[in-house]
Amino acid sequence: MAETDDALSDAGEARRIANDARERVRFEEEALEFAEQVYRVARRLVSTREEAEELVQDTYARAFRSWRSFTPGTNMRAWLLRILTNLNVDRGRKIQRTPDLQPLEEGDYYLANKLAATDGEQTLEQDQVVERLSQNGVVDALAALPHDFRDVVVLVDIGEFSYADAAQILDVPIGTVMSRLHRGRRILKQTLAEETLS
Amino acid sequence: MTAHDAGCEKCEELLQGYLDRDLSPAEVVVAERHLNACGYCRRRYRFEERLRRYIRVSASERMPAGLLEKLAQLREQTPGAQF
Repeated sequence: MAETDDALSDAGEARRIANDARERVRFEEEALEFAEQVYRVARRLVSTREEAEELVQDTYARAFRSWRSFTPGTNMRAWLLRILTNLNVDRGRKIQRTPDLQPLEEGDYYLANKLAATDGEQTLEQDQVVERLSQNGVVDALAALPHDFRDVVVLVDIGEFSYADAAQILDVPIGTVMSRLHRGRRILKQTLAEETLS
Repeated sequence: MTAHDAGCEKCEELLQGYLDRDLSPAEVVVAERHLNACGYCRRRYRFEERLRRYIRVSASERMPAGLLEKLAQLREQTPGAQF
């Protein structure tokens, strides 16, 4: 009978709407749990706290609008960071220095060798030796990295993403992540050596 | 006491991969065999571990107060979805 069919389909529709809303709320709550971690990465990709706040807000607005495109059970943290890094590119970054024009890279022991040269080989064995590097110096050195290197170093070394996740977030091959990460870390250490020990 | 040889050069090249746990098993053997015998490299590997921790801690900033609330307010409103 028509009336019963309508009543059944109305009930079905109401159930669907309720299920949909429940899924959406579950999604939103999970997304908000990552806010601290998303901010931590965002803060190191832009110059000021205000820019980071704005970038994170834009990211969550986009995420909440497109929640249906997220596959439940997959890596939401990476999904959010992908939105964030894409938005960061859209914001129009300043043209960066071409990495190839960087001075010849030093090896991975460079900073340690510089510290040992000024304070002695034995200081390398001390826990506090890293405190010779000011925390502001670390922040400044990260900010000074060309952005292709900075993206990877921040995602992996600050955001604690795997190479694979970073590759997915930035939509580059994993080999590119590794190359930029290794070179980025070396440049970072070189900058720290120059800032601290000139 | 310093020992700079081809072994130390190789060990330096393996540093990042070793700490990232991204070396092949054969490369891990090369690194660890050298590290067991070489204080110069051992000190630099330990330094690098400390440095990474320090960089992460130094560069990690907390969310400003009120941001979480602002984000929560960005949630889409669906009229009539009450439960």
